[in-house]
Amino acid sequence: MSDNPLKSHSDRRKQRIDDLAATAGDTARTDTVTTAGTVEEAPGVSLIASAWRRLRRNPVFIVGAVITLIFIILALISPWIAPHDPAAQPLLDKVRQGSNPVPGPEPGFPLGADPAGRDLLSRLLVGAQQTLYVGVVATVFGLVGGLTLGTLAGAFGGWVDSFVMRMVDVMLAIPSLLLAMSIAALAPRPSQMTLIIAIAIVQVPIFARLLRGSMLAVRGSDHVLAARALGVKRSAIVFRHILPNSLAPVIVQSTLVLATSIIDAAALSFLGLGNPDDRKPEWGQMLGASQHLIGDYPHLAFYPAACIIIVALGFTLMGESLREALDPKTRR
Amino acid sequence: MTETIENVNQQQSSTDALLSVRDLTVTFQRQGEQPFRAVDGVSFDVRPGQTVGLVGESGCGKSVTSLAIMGLLPHRGVTVEGEVLFQGTDLLKESNNQMRDRRGRDLGMIFQDPLSSLNPVVPIGIQVTEVLERHRGMSRKAATPVARDMLDKVGIPDPERRLKDYPHQLSGGMRQRALIAMALACQPRVLIADEPTTALDVTIQAQILALLRDLVQDTGTALVMITHDLGVVAGLCDSVNVLYAGKIVERGDRHPLFAAPRHPYTAGLLSSIPRLDAPRGERLTPIPGSVSDNLPWDHACAFAPRCPNALEVCREVRPELVDDGSRALRCHNPVEVNR
Amino acid sequence: MLRFILRRLLQMIGVIVVLSLLLFIWLRSLPGGTVSAMLGDRATPESTARLRHELGLDEPITVQYIRFVQRIVSGDFGISTGVLPGSDSLDIFLTRLPATIELAIFAMIIAIAAGIPLGYVAARRRGSALDNTSIVGSLIGVAVPVFFLAFLLKYIFALELGVLPVSGRQSGDIEATRVTGFFVLDGILTREWDAAWDAFLHLILPALALASIPFAVIFRITRASVLEVMEEDYVRTAESKGLSSRVIRGRHILRNALLPVVTTIGLQTGGLLAGAVLTERVFSYSGIGDALAVSFFLRDYAVLQVLILAAAVTFVVVNLFVDIAYAVIDPRIRTR
Repeated sequence: MSDNPLKSHSDRRKQRIDDLAATAGDTARTDTVTTAGTVEEAPGVSLIASAWRRLRRNPVFIVGAVITLIFIILALISPWIAPHDPAAQPLLDKVRQGSNPVPGPEPGFPLGADPAGRDLLSRLLVGAQQTLYVGVVATVFGLVGGLTLGTLAGAFGGWVDSFVMRMVDVMLAIPSLLLAMSIAALAPRPSQMTLIIAIAIVQVPIFARLLRGSMLAVRGSDHVLAARALGVKRSAIVFRHILPNSLAPVIVQSTLVLATSIIDAAALSFLGLGNPDDRKPEWGQMLGASQHLIGDYPHLAFYPAACIIIVALGFTLMGESLREALDPKTRR
Repeated sequence: MTETIENVNQQQSSTDALLSVRDLTVTFQRQGEQPFRAVDGVSFDVRPGQTVGLVGESGCGKSVTSLAIMGLLPHRGVTVEGEVLFQGTDLLKESNNQMRDRRGRDLGMIFQDPLSSLNPVVPIGIQVTEVLERHRGMSRKAATPVARDMLDKVGIPDPERRLKDYPHQLSGGMRQRALIAMALACQPRVLIADEPTTALDVTIQAQILALLRDLVQDTGTALVMITHDLGVVAGLCDSVNVLYAGKIVERGDRHPLFAAPRHPYTAGLLSSIPRLDAPRGERLTPIPGSVSDNLPWDHACAFAPRCPNALEVCREVRPELVDDGSRALRCHNPVEVNR
Repeated sequence: MLRFILRRLLQMIGVIVVLSLLLFIWLRSLPGGTVSAMLGDRATPESTARLRHELGLDEPITVQYIRFVQRIVSGDFGISTGVLPGSDSLDIFLTRLPATIELAIFAMIIAIAAGIPLGYVAARRRGSALDNTSIVGSLIGVAVPVFFLAFLLKYIFALELGVLPVSGRQSGDIEATRVTGFFVLDGILTREWDAAWDAFLHLILPALALASIPFAVIFRITRASVLEVMEEDYVRTAESKGLSSRVIRGRHILRNALLPVVTTIGLQTGGLLAGAVLTERVFSYSGIGDALAVSFFLRDYAVLQVLILAAAVTFVVVNLFVDIAYAVIDPRIRTR
């Protein structure tokens, strides 16, 4: 453990981002120096290729990837396979008439309905799409925002770099949920988009720091130095050399960020700061809306919660095993 | 225990081997890979008060040999065969706990990098007293003056103060001295030194080697010196074993070996060192090829592809070690001795 | 060393000043500002203008900021409009603070007592069934949203099994004297053992839920750190000296491996507030996390002010402590 402990905010979080950033780069050459004094060169092994080979055999990665894939497919086709329109309330009459506020399973409604008479299964399925939508859009926004900031800081250096990074550090030090809450509270009228933006802003500093770290790592590498020596324009260097090589850590971080986006969205909805309109179902919102009934009808909460957990787990497993595969310290 | 440090080993007969390594073979087995034989049938003796050298390039198996003797090799994926007789008992057959008792008490070891070999968060004094507390049953209080004497004996100035210092507050040479003090604290009969000077400055190297020589002379401890540096061997060792690819290819007493090496590898090692008395402009002659050019020992001489003396038989038949007592040689076509 | 502490203290003050500025800006940007929220439907141009003047909103922004700071320093955060309408926000904060601290301490004890030994054992038996299970378990611990875990615990143990209380800090039928505000401690101090025990029971489920994330992180870091330290040369030296496994474990492995864990513990404590918000909500546990959630939802700006500021100050102070603790524990820094 040789990191400088006198850094303030020596966040484990920041260290992990930095380690991931340092894996950016194209090929990894291996030289073997033998004792008799001759130098051999092993053929360059692409970082991504060697990581992929190991990942293919890693059960954690496979489980995560399978879950993720199933989720994405379901999310995409859900409007077509859902038996009912999630906004429709076919069992509303039953709710009003009967003494049972939450109809149980019956033919055509395998999971029963919610207190508004809407088919639970359809809501869960379409909720997958909404959840994926919220997660992906928030991540993309965060990525774009972080990319811009990180690229600016990394490309210009100097005081721009320091200033941006200071702000990023402060934002990283605050727990993501509290930051998201604070931002969501700024919205006059909460909607799905405000939820997305709040979460996106929380992810921006993560990507910004990652990008900047990657860029610094790649900026010092040989082929970039060569390009500069040849007089290639700065913008060309940034776009054609630095950015493409920073890709691998970004992919890893995106999967992890997707997982936390989904969870944070659920948390915010649970706290009532999310999208109040529940015609378009979203798992977190379903979870939040059902908490007062949890004593008598726990399934209303458990189904969306289970979905959230499984999906978040899938992304996390995939992302973590990706990260470990790319980490130079665990590579042989 | 009323023996002083000086005469502890004089009671033993000086012709009996203190440590006897017989046919030591260490095989590493990694998952999905071919088993790798790092040490292949190595045998040598160490007598009380003697300094024995194990010489060879990186990867020739010398460090693994020392770890095998100490019982410090990992258990998984490693097979150790042969015998390591210490005063008649086979160490390889001892249990983990028995070896734990012996390490530090009967056998001591020092390693290559003194800074990383010391616990950074524990004061030096405690790193010495803990050996005494463990093997002599002493209390911290009783062990501290002994520790201070040890630090003094290894040439650390102002030892009283140094007891409370942390490793990063000492210089490289002093750290290695401290490690020597720890290894010798309980007066083991054998000290194994694995490249103790490689990580040090040249001037410090000489000091440490001199220290080792003096300590060995004073206490009668046997020393096994592992190194790739022939200069170290020349200054220190009574008997030299040259290792190549896990096997001993030549053994001899210091002066005869250096004066007239018989194995082409030994000769190559000697001639690749620049000499002060060589004429100007004389080229250095490195050993051609690399370790990866080796042939397996099963049906050939491993050194054959790189050997200037190689014959056809060298690539087909494994040479056996011919031992006449003072000199051992494993070669089909040794270097001619010219006087 | 002293200079280091002083320098960090100054930095900390600077950060707090910046944070107060950010807080000011944020509060001003909140929708439904202070005026329309307070007046609601009855807003007329005159009453709005009058209120603005009363609240000092028509003054230049720098003056407003100074007033803001003055009020804060004097402890005036306004009257609550949502959490406990009519009460002084600072009072609300101070009353609820011990509850969250008690919960946080309990949660961290669980996380540390479970995380460190498990991390050590997992590292020593790397690749074993225990190790792999623990790793997956810790990944799940991070992936499962805290509030769901809280739900689950509440459902299983409180609602279904009825073993532990469902919510709150103390059962309604227990008479308890309040001394410090830390209910368990109070019970012990006043020797009202039933009150202390009851309070303790109420703490178990929320603390378990809250501990899940710090536990997972502490476990992983301990494991990674022990694995790294085990490979170090000085452990090999210790083995070569024939030291007992207990000495090697305590003096050589743990004393080095736990250094980064200490940092982690500090940082996790700072981050507990986020988890507390959710957990306290689920268990209706009247701490500041619960207050935070409610005040966000009801836009109770007075309470928000004090809570956010308190949270910010806590982070900064905790970070400072962690840095100092690390400098004290690691002799390489202490003896420079």
